[in-house]
Amino acid sequence: MSAAARSAARSAWTVRSVPAWMRGARAFFARGGAIWGAALTAAVLLVVAIGPFVAHYSPIDFVGAPFESPSLDMPLGADIMGRDVLSRVLSGGTVILSLSALATVLGVALGGLLGISAGYLKGAADDLIMRTLDVLLAFPQTILALLFVSVLGSSFLLIALLVAAIHAPQVARVIRAAALRVAGEDFVEYAKGIGIPPLKIMVREIVPNVIGPLLVEGGLRFTYSIALIAGLSFLGLAQDPPAANWGLMLNENRIGLTQNPWAVVVPVALIAILTVGVNLLTDAYGSWAVQGNRPGAPQPADIKAAEILDGPL
Amino acid sequence: MRSPVSSPVSCGEAAVVVRGLRVTTADGRRCLVDDASLELEAGEVLGIVGESGSGKTTLGLALLHHCRRGLRIGGGTIRVAGRDLGGAAPGDLRQLRGRLVCYVPQDPASALNPALRIGTQLAECLEPRARRDRTRLLDLLRAVKLPPQANFLESFPHQLSGGQLQRVAIAMAFANRPRLIVMDEPTTGLDVTTQAHVLETVRQLCGQHAVAAIYVSHDIAVVAAIARRVAVVYAGRIVEIGPTERVLRHPAHPYTRALIHAVPDIDDATPVSGIPGHAPEAGAESSCCSFAPRCTLAVDACRERLPALVVIAAAHEVRCPRSADPEPVPPRGPVAVRAASVRPLLAAHGLRAFYGRREVLHGVSFAVGAGECVALVGESGSGKTTLARCIGGLHGEAGGSMTFHGETLPLDTRRRSAAARRRIQYIFQNPYGSFNPRRSIGASLALTLAQFETLSGSERRAKVLAALDQVSLPASMADRYPRDLSGGQRQRAAIARALITDPELLVCDEITSALDVSVQAVITVLLSELQRERGLAMLFVTHNLAVVRGIAQRVVVMQEGNLVEEGPTDAVMRRPQSDETKRLLRDAPRFTAKARGCDTL
Repeated sequence: MSAAARSAARSAWTVRSVPAWMRGARAFFARGGAIWGAALTAAVLLVVAIGPFVAHYSPIDFVGAPFESPSLDMPLGADIMGRDVLSRVLSGGTVILSLSALATVLGVALGGLLGISAGYLKGAADDLIMRTLDVLLAFPQTILALLFVSVLGSSFLLIALLVAAIHAPQVARVIRAAALRVAGEDFVEYAKGIGIPPLKIMVREIVPNVIGPLLVEGGLRFTYSIALIAGLSFLGLAQDPPAANWGLMLNENRIGLTQNPWAVVVPVALIAILTVGVNLLTDAYGSWAVQGNRPGAPQPADIKAAEILDGPL
Repeated sequence: MRSPVSSPVSCGEAAVVVRGLRVTTADGRRCLVDDASLELEAGEVLGIVGESGSGKTTLGLALLHHCRRGLRIGGGTIRVAGRDLGGAAPGDLRQLRGRLVCYVPQDPASALNPALRIGTQLAECLEPRARRDRTRLLDLLRAVKLPPQANFLESFPHQLSGGQLQRVAIAMAFANRPRLIVMDEPTTGLDVTTQAHVLETVRQLCGQHAVAAIYVSHDIAVVAAIARRVAVVYAGRIVEIGPTERVLRHPAHPYTRALIHAVPDIDDATPVSGIPGHAPEAGAESSCCSFAPRCTLAVDACRERLPALVVIAAAHEVRCPRSADPEPVPPRGPVAVRAASVRPLLAAHGLRAFYGRREVLHGVSFAVGAGECVALVGESGSGKTTLARCIGGLHGEAGGSMTFHGETLPLDTRRRSAAARRRIQYIFQNPYGSFNPRRSIGASLALTLAQFETLSGSERRAKVLAALDQVSLPASMADRYPRDLSGGQRQRAAIARALITDPELLVCDEITSALDVSVQAVITVLLSELQRERGLAMLFVTHNLAVVRGIAQRVVVMQEGNLVEEGPTDAVMRRPQSDETKRLLRDAPRFTAKARGCDTL
C-alpha cells in the first residue's frame, strides 16, 4: 500500500469531517437558549478570568468610608470595611467558580462511575450501590456538609469533596437509568458474546452512549455547586473574611443594604447570571442531543419512562 | 343529534372516491404522495403495497385527511359515503374520524393507553349513550373473536398478547360501523397463525358490515391473502392498480414484477431475487418515472416525462409505457442443495434454558453439520431465539451440554475459549441496535478483529474493507455511523462484522424480520452465496417458513420449548409430520390463498 493510500485509508475513519462538526454547532446555536446561555456564561467567566488584573484597587485595601456611595473613583461604592466593591467583585469569583467546577467534576465522575457500574453489572452490585446511595440521600445534605466543615475545619479540598459527595447519589441515579438502557442494547450483548471483559465494555460501549446525560447532569450540578458553595461562603465556611468572595460579600454587606445596595446586588446578580447561563446551555445541549444531531444521541423513544422511574425516587 | 354515518349515500357513487390526492411538505416544496386516485365499493378491501419510504403510510393517513406533522394535503378530494372530508371544518372532521373513517395502527401496544382497562377504551369509541351498555362491548369482543367475558373488559393492555391487542384495536375501529377503515400493517408484528386469524376476522367484518378497507403492507403475500384489489406504490405514486389475482399473475409494472420476485413463495422452491439499487428518498423531486434508474426496461421516454396511468385490462391500470414488454426474467434455479455433511460441527444435547424459575427450553437436542444451513422455525414464544442465544453463549441460565468440533462447548460465553467465540458468530434480529451508535462501522469491525487478532493498523484496515466488500458495501461505509445506514445496509454490516473473524457457524436470529421484502431477498441471497463459497454453517432462525425454502437444507421446528420436527427442507415442506409444522404451513400467507380469499365477501 502506498503512503498516500495509507494516509487516505487512515483519514477515512479517524478524522471526523469538519462540515459535520460545523453543522452540529450550527444546529446547537440555532436553539433559542443556546446563544443566551453561552453569552451569559461567557460574560461571567470573562469577569472572573480578567477581573483580578483590571481591578483598580487591591480587594483587601481600605480605600474609603464604610458603605460609601458610588463615586467616579469607586463606581460601586465601598463595603462595610471601606474596601472598593468593584475590585472585590472582580476578584471574588475565582474561588467560587473553581471550587464549583472541581466539585462538579468530582461529583459527576463519582456518580457516573457508580451509576454506570450499577446499571451495567445489575444484580447484587446494583443493589449494594443504589441502597448505599439511598442511605446517603436520607440525610439532609446541607446540614451534613455544615457538620463536616465545622468539625474538620474548612479547607478547599474538603468543601469540594463534600459538595461532590452531595451530588454523586443524584448523578448516579440518573446515569444508572441511562446505563440500564444502553446495557440492554444488542451491541453490548455482542461485545459480551465476543468475550470483551466487563470493564472494557463499560468504558468503550456504555460510557460513550451516556456522555449526553452525563454532560447535561454536569451542567445542572454545576449550578447547584455554585449555589451550595456561595451558601457555604455566605456562612463564612469557605474562605476567611479578608478574602474577596461573592458569597462572603453578601453576608458582610447585607447590613448596609440601604446605604450601598451595590455591595450586595452585584455579587448576587453575577451568581444569578452564571446560574441562568449554565442552565440555558445545558437545556439547549439536552434538547440538541435528544434530537439526534450527534451520532448516537439518545432518541426520545428510546428513553423509556419505566427505566427512568426505576428505583425509588 | 348529528350522525354523519346515517347520512344518505349518494347513488351511483362508490363508497370511497379519492381523486388526485397530493401530500406535500408544509412548505410545499417536496411532494410525498402525488396524484393518487382510488375508488372503493362498500365492503371491498384494497391493498396498498410498497417498500419502506414509498409513501404508503402517508397515503393511508391522507385518506383520513390527516398528515404527520410537517406535511399537508396539497390537493385532491376524498369523498367517503358522499361526504367530502377535505371540505369539512376541523371540528366536523374530528367527528367524522372514528365515525365515518377509522384507523388501525401498526403497533396496537403503543396505540392503546396502558393505564386504562380494555373496556374503558372500547367504550370511548362508542357514542356517549351507548357507553354504559355492557352488551354492546361484549358484542364488539365477539365480533373480533375475543372472549366476550366481563373480566376481559377489566384487563389492561399489558395482560394481553399482541394478537389480542390488535383485535381490540380492530374492534375499536369497527365500533361505530365506519364507511372506511385504513389499516397500517396491522399484522406485521404477529406470527403467522395469529396473522391468518386476524386477516380472516377483518375480511369477515368488512363483508358483514359493508365497510371499505384499505390494507397497507410491505408484504405482497399478506395483501394477496386479504385484498380483492391491490395498488402498488413507488416513490409516492400509484404505479399499478388492479384486481389482486391479475396483478399477481400478470404484473405489468417492472417494479411490481421485481417486488413479486423478492417475496419468497412457500409453495415454490425457487430462490428470490432482490431489487438492485435504492428506492428514491421520500419526497425526492421527480418529473419522470421514479423507477427508471432501477428499471432494466427503461427507455428515454421514461426519463423525460412522467408516464400516465393507462388502462391495460379491465380495472387494471399501470403507469409504465413498456408494460406490454416483459423484461427477460432471470431464470430462478432451485437452491443448490449441498449433500448433508456427515461431520457434525455443533451438537446440542438436552439443552434446557430458564428465565428465572420458568423453563423455556425443555431438553432440546439437535446438530448442525459443517457447511450446512439449518433453519430453526417456530412461532413467537416457541423458544427459538432462546435456543439461538444459548448457542451464541448469550443466555447464561441454561443446562445441558453442547459440543463444537467434538469438544465440549461451555454454555456461557465467558467460559468459552477465544477460538470458540471466534468460530461461532451471532447476528442480531434488530439491525438498529447491534452497532454502537457512537462508533463508525469501520471502527466497530476493527474492534471485533482486534479482539481476536493482533494486527498492524494497515492490515486491520485492509481486512475491514475486504469484509465490507464481501457483503457488497462500498468502502466509504467504513467511515459512516450506524444512523447513516439503512436497515438493510446495517444488517449487511453486521454480517461483515461476523465474517471478519472467519467464523465456521453463523447464528442468524430472525435477521430479516425487521427488513422490507426486497431487502430480505438481497440478504438471503447474500447468505446463501456465502454459505456456498465459504462453506459456512448457519443456524437461520425465522418465523417465516417461506424464507426457509430459499436458504436452508434442513429444518428444525420448535413449539413451546420442544423440538417437534426435524428433516430436510423439502421433505418437511412437502410432507409435514407434526401438527405444528402443518399449522405453520397452512397459516403462512401465500399467493394462491386468493382462491379461498375475498370471494366470500
